[in-house]
Amino acid sequence: MEKYTVEDLKNIKAQDEHLLTPDKDKKEYRILVCNGTGCTSSKSPLILKKFEEEIEKRGLTNVQVVKTGCFGLCALGPIVIVYPEGAFYSEFNIDNVERVIDEHIVGGNVCKDLLYGETIDGDNVKPFADTTFYGKQKRVVLRDCGVINPEKISEYILRDGYTALARCITNMKPEEVIDAIKDSGLRGRGGAGFPTFRKWEMVRAAVGDQKYVACNADEGDPGAFMDRSVLEGNPHCIIEAMAIAGYAVGANKGYVYIRAEYPIAVKRLQIAIEQAKEHGLLGDNILGTNFSFDLEIRLGAGAFVCGEETALMNSIAGLRGEPNVKPPFPANKGIFGCPTSLNNVETYANIPQIILNGADWFKSMGTEKSPGTKVFAVTGKINHVGLVEVPMGTTLREIIYDICGGIPNNKKFKAAQTGGPSGGCIPEEYLDLPIDFDTLSSIGCMMGSGGLIVMDETTCMVDMAKFFLEFTVDESCGKCVPCRIGNKRMLEILTKFTQGKATEEDIEKLDELAHFIGDASLCGLGKCAPNPVLSTLKSFRNEYENHIKGICDAKVCKALKKYQINKDVCKGCSSCARSCPVGCISGEIKSPFEIDSTKCIKCGTCFDKCKFGAIEII
Amino acid sequence: MLKCSGKCEVLAEDAKQKIREIIESFKDVKDPLIEILHKVQDYYGFLPYNVQAFIADEMNIPLSDIYGVVTFYARFTTEPVGKNRISVCLGTACYVKSSQALYDALKQKLKLTDDCMVTPDKKFSLDSARCVGACGLAPVIMINNDVYGKVTPAMLDDILAKYE
Repeated sequence: MEKYTVEDLKNIKAQDEHLLTPDKDKKEYRILVCNGTGCTSSKSPLILKKFEEEIEKRGLTNVQVVKTGCFGLCALGPIVIVYPEGAFYSEFNIDNVERVIDEHIVGGNVCKDLLYGETIDGDNVKPFADTTFYGKQKRVVLRDCGVINPEKISEYILRDGYTALARCITNMKPEEVIDAIKDSGLRGRGGAGFPTFRKWEMVRAAVGDQKYVACNADEGDPGAFMDRSVLEGNPHCIIEAMAIAGYAVGANKGYVYIRAEYPIAVKRLQIAIEQAKEHGLLGDNILGTNFSFDLEIRLGAGAFVCGEETALMNSIAGLRGEPNVKPPFPANKGIFGCPTSLNNVETYANIPQIILNGADWFKSMGTEKSPGTKVFAVTGKINHVGLVEVPMGTTLREIIYDICGGIPNNKKFKAAQTGGPSGGCIPEEYLDLPIDFDTLSSIGCMMGSGGLIVMDETTCMVDMAKFFLEFTVDESCGKCVPCRIGNKRMLEILTKFTQGKATEEDIEKLDELAHFIGDASLCGLGKCAPNPVLSTLKSFRNEYENHIKGICDAKVCKALKKYQINKDVCKGCSSCARSCPVGCISGEIKSPFEIDSTKCIKCGTCFDKCKFGAIEII
Repeated sequence: MLKCSGKCEVLAEDAKQKIREIIESFKDVKDPLIEILHKVQDYYGFLPYNVQAFIADEMNIPLSDIYGVVTFYARFTTEPVGKNRISVCLGTACYVKSSQALYDALKQKLKLTDDCMVTPDKKFSLDSARCVGACGLAPVIMINNDVYGKVTPAMLDDILAKYE
């Protein structure tokens, strides 16, 4: 296989760039089919295959069918986009493949009734970039996701792929690369916002013959999936960025630690590494220079604590993923005891573009202390569930209401949770706070990896705090006492609240314990575990107090609620009785039914089934 | 005390051979224990005592170290799973959309208890997943490699029927 030189990269781009911008007059089309995890679950690979088969059957030339990563608007998947029009087909049904080919590709007329509603503007088709979901976004990290085929290195090169690496290793000294990152003000996107250049500088200065760079792709926060989407949509940018980091810090080997739960991302990264090796973009003498760099994938095995840097490095070495006491810091003693620079996927995804476009460009986005953009995975009670990339400093209100279309069924916003089980909830009063690393920590939250879970009035905040604590108790590695035992005790107290057995005193106990655990735990997992409790105690203390009185405002806590049938509304249709999984509803057809509350498991099936709204929760 | 089956059974020759091949394929990789355990579990289905002991002998690592690693990580299991493995996602996005109710209903339907999450005929086993990354389709359940999105308790009978 041919090894690329810097000239080759330029030539490939010059020769084939037109592929990305098909020309309608020449009957050129580019059909993008999302094959991210979300759309794959709704069978998008079959849609892709069918397009390929039908295009071949019809002998159409000049039509590319491209497998891509995530477009971001996961709630409306599977998604197919056809260029040059940029026609955005949402909730695409495989039975419509032939119709789109006949009418749109062959006939030249977009199938308007299949488009995402917002892209239709009277008789015209609006570019999807102008819709409310995409219009306010600024895609830097996700620039190539859903644009290129992640399994073809050539497509990444058409988007200037590997030119940043070429520039670094042919034109810049390692110190200059670090300076470029320093000037940009890039901060680690994994959670705490530590300046990226500082890690690199420390590893560069560390003593040792063997140094490593590593990528943290152990995206453990439930509800966060931006790293997965980057790896699935554009794995080559991570390879390029890690090679740049390797050059800057003086490492010739990198490790990507990735969750085994992300099979598609692992596979695409493997393919990308193979391709990069074939073309001499990884391995010895990259692009004909003296710089050599190799990359290896290490799989996680389902342990949240492995997102912590020292635990991650133990896991890479095949050990139990328990964290170590710091110092020594990984910059001096990391993987296999060697100096290691560890960065997160999203951080890496920014690097090539900072090198190409310069620090000033990067600083033109975001806030003064947190430049650049941030990707949020917006989930929960929200209309447009999906991935959203916005400049730092965007307010929650813009993200939730303008971009993501607000809360379904006109329910009232209650809180948004950032930072997953280590973060806190943001109540309504902060909806207009510009979000960046510092503003979030000033209100007792943290950016975390960027999961943003929206909760409405039907979410019980005590139950939510309990949910997160169950998670941390389950995931605590058990090494240090405050985390192992303290969190367990805290969970027991919270369980008392949800069962209506708590007393006034328990609120004080919770608060006290939370502070102890936060102060005394060994690693970030334990230190941050009390955050969901502390932040809900601060913003939703009244809910805790009501639980003591036996009231769950959101009617979530099972022990505090009861289902009953309103006899005046019930039509006696028996639909509830037929759907009840435990058979606790009985009655005569056409007369009111009754629920046997001693047998009821409070699953809510009858509530969902009843067409007349006769089932009440009290 | 954690359960660990397979203490008394002798490992079949073909299984030994296959595991040897897996270990051999990692001979150039530094400290590959976790990668090997993944591959062995993919092949054998779970990691009982006798499999762990065999890996320990072959790799010359103390069995206690292997047991320590196997029991540390949630993805490794020392117990057999059902023919159809049902995972209910209890990640945050699914949880706020009531996936706990799906878990409870499945447990009830399949008559499972906390001690035994496999049906007597070994047809189904139930566990919870942290996040399968299909948050856009919440709440999600996964049966083997099939993902079902926007599931309600009422849909469960129809879904399970496909695997009967």
